[in-house]
Amino acid sequence: MTPVSRREFVTVLAAAGGGLLLGYRVEGAQRVMSPATTAATNFTPNAFIRIPPEGRVTLVMPQAEMGQGVYTALPMLLAEELEIAPEQIQLEHAPPDNKLYANRFFGEQMTGASSSVRAFYEPLRRAGATARTMLVAAAAASWKVDPASCRAHKGVVTHTPTRRTLTYGALATRAAALRVPDTITLKAPKDFTLIGTPAKRLDSPSKVNGTAKYGIDVRLPGMLIATVAASPVLGGTVADVDDQKAKTVPGVRQIVRLDDAVAVVADHMWAAKQGLAALAIRWDAGPNATVSTADIVQGLAKASETPGVTARKDGDPESAFAGAAKKVEAIYEAPFLAHAAMEPMNCTVHVRKDTCEVWTGSQVLSRARAVAAEVTGFPLEKVVVHNHYLGGGFGRRLEVDYVAQAVRIAKQVDAPVKVVWTREEDVQHDVYRPYYYDRLAAGLDQRGTPVAWTHRIVGPAIIARYLPGAFKDGKDIDAIDGAVQLLYDIPAIQVEHVRHEEPVLNTGFWRGVGVTHNNFVVESFIDELAAASSQDPVAFRRALLGKSPRALAVLDLAAREGGWGKPMPRGRGRGVSLLYSDWGSYLAQVADVEVTGSGEIRVHRIVCAVDCGQIVNPDIVRAQIESGIVYGISAALWGEVTLNNGRVEQSNFHNYRVLRMNEAPPIEVYLRRNGEAPGGIGEPGTAVTAAALNNAIYAATGKRLRKLPIQPGLVS
Amino acid sequence: MVTLKINGKSQQIDVPSDMPVLWVLRDVLGMTGTKFGCGMALCGACTVQLDGQAIRSCVTPVSAAAGKAITTIEAIGATAVGRKVQEAWIALDVPQCGYCQSGQIMSASALLARHARPTDADIDAAMSGNICRCGTYGRVRAAIKQAARSASTSGKGAKS
Repeated sequence: MTPVSRREFVTVLAAAGGGLLLGYRVEGAQRVMSPATTAATNFTPNAFIRIPPEGRVTLVMPQAEMGQGVYTALPMLLAEELEIAPEQIQLEHAPPDNKLYANRFFGEQMTGASSSVRAFYEPLRRAGATARTMLVAAAAASWKVDPASCRAHKGVVTHTPTRRTLTYGALATRAAALRVPDTITLKAPKDFTLIGTPAKRLDSPSKVNGTAKYGIDVRLPGMLIATVAASPVLGGTVADVDDQKAKTVPGVRQIVRLDDAVAVVADHMWAAKQGLAALAIRWDAGPNATVSTADIVQGLAKASETPGVTARKDGDPESAFAGAAKKVEAIYEAPFLAHAAMEPMNCTVHVRKDTCEVWTGSQVLSRARAVAAEVTGFPLEKVVVHNHYLGGGFGRRLEVDYVAQAVRIAKQVDAPVKVVWTREEDVQHDVYRPYYYDRLAAGLDQRGTPVAWTHRIVGPAIIARYLPGAFKDGKDIDAIDGAVQLLYDIPAIQVEHVRHEEPVLNTGFWRGVGVTHNNFVVESFIDELAAASSQDPVAFRRALLGKSPRALAVLDLAAREGGWGKPMPRGRGRGVSLLYSDWGSYLAQVADVEVTGSGEIRVHRIVCAVDCGQIVNPDIVRAQIESGIVYGISAALWGEVTLNNGRVEQSNFHNYRVLRMNEAPPIEVYLRRNGEAPGGIGEPGTAVTAAALNNAIYAATGKRLRKLPIQPGLVS
Repeated sequence: MVTLKINGKSQQIDVPSDMPVLWVLRDVLGMTGTKFGCGMALCGACTVQLDGQAIRSCVTPVSAAAGKAITTIEAIGATAVGRKVQEAWIALDVPQCGYCQSGQIMSASALLARHARPTDADIDAAMSGNICRCGTYGRVRAAIKQAARSASTSGKGAKS
């Protein structure tokens, strides 16, 4: 039992039409990724729970649902303490408002960085417990009995001795008149009846019958539909458009020209697409007109020769190298990646005389609103934004470029307009995972034990652009995540980041963020060290994990369940990887991979052991790990965006290949249960995958690959 | 003017004959359960059934669908197989973001209508055209098998 003072967290507000409207504030925690903000002196709730007299509990969801299961996990947190069934909670997408719906990790309304459960684990339980305490008090008062003799269960308060009952709805208005209690008591984990159980997803029913509404499904009276071609080269502009033919396409209403894009507005997408194909656009490609991937790699390679900002330094690497018996060095590369969410980018906008209304799917609704205000010149309060289910986020919908573009188009259209990108536009105008170039070196002593480790990461600083307040002393907490926490017990460690921007493609967050690239690099290189000292990769890691019992436990679990050490047929190998990062979760993975005579790679089985602390819903944790692994395999085997003459060469799923049913291996997830703080789970499955595959290929072929995607030609 | 029979109902629609069924459903008729994913029959998000066959509506012109029965996600639950598939999908919590799931369910229902007990190879063949970026493949496979088992169990004793 955890008594907590919650007066500052919860309040009762006037509810229109009666009932209980509970506001609560998410706070009391470090805002690790935002500039320090002054503590609010007045109570400002930042999320809401409504219990109207009709009784249906509504939770206004601050976080967006993009598949990761927050529309089930967060209601479970509330329901556990409120004593209702999750199915009794109705969910409502929150409107944009940083003051009300900030994610405490960022100080703004944001769904990302595998943070939803971590950010709301306590606040939602507190809010639920407060509401339940007040509802019970209201029932006790109306029966003139001791609240201790009453019990709340499934939305009903029962006076146990007399079996009288009142529903939450019937009690809501009366509860709202009560004073908010000074202290409430949260359940001890041993008393949880919901948290930790595989409760059913609340969004499944609407997602199997076509009724779930995504941004792309918005329909409004008089709405037109547009599709767009932006400059194929970043920084390019429209030089000239011949739209004579496009205007003759039946259903085409209007051609909208922007500085860097042309849109065709039509009655339906088919006309818009045909109209776009009929346009003759001459582009002024601008300064990036001749850039190719090789130029970018050359720039990164050159930058890698200079020192960067030191993110971690233990001991004295220089003298440790001097005393080492053996030095191992390697360069690793990871390519640009597109997100390729299933729902192509889209945004519906209606710009009226002095208001702007936006319908979309966004991970950062306040940013969507702010950019719409900026583009229209309207004050924020004149901009309304409606969120929807996201047909995949993966970090792509942390950006609002597509919202800004849609508003720019809509300013020229005298009707609501839904701007839908084709898949080609989506792949070629993504905000890509950056290209990274890493230099590593390690010193081994005579027994093959590592005595020095240096890791120089070369790539952009996304944080400097995206969360400038969190970019301190030149340190990008994203670029170094998953590298700086190196758990291996090595006396001399140096991790550096060389910031190198290549502004020929927009780059941003991609599932697994900095960790996805760093884990590939670190866990491949530690495998190299095991090989250099002729040791088994699991045994080699184990020996260095004396100070990390949670890491050791997942490693042992994955090794055991993955059949580590058992004989394999020729051409097959097992690879292992281990992950720990700012998400607070520990993962270990064993991949079983075959390399055929023709160099084709088949993933036969993946075993993943997970310790993410307190589990809210084990089935959603499993689903997220399965999901992350499939996303990670696609990227490791084939994911690559390349540039030629400044243009992205990939365009659709035929040349931006992703894993399909016939290629997807069986995935086994093993969960460790403990009482540690909840860790993030949406991304680590992706991040831990590439190294396990890469190490399995080494085990199968004896060839060490240091560049993604895994090139079949290199291993045949 | 074309006549389309959609979910059992015939209707006259004034669209160009080369317009893909996908955009007729979504933009003309407002049936948004069928999704746009790639426009090139590469991802399967737009899958509907044409006389019981799973087809990619993004590349199927209305002229090719005239006179045939189009079934979409909005009505698949009215068929015995479709209902079993939806039940299995919910029982195993297959969907994540859910965007591809209309197409997955339409492909799976067409498969099960043809093969009451599909093998893994049958599932691979029928489902490999449906991309899921959330990686729900393992659960899709398990749910197809569960729907098959449930259909054969409930079919026993029913003389039809």
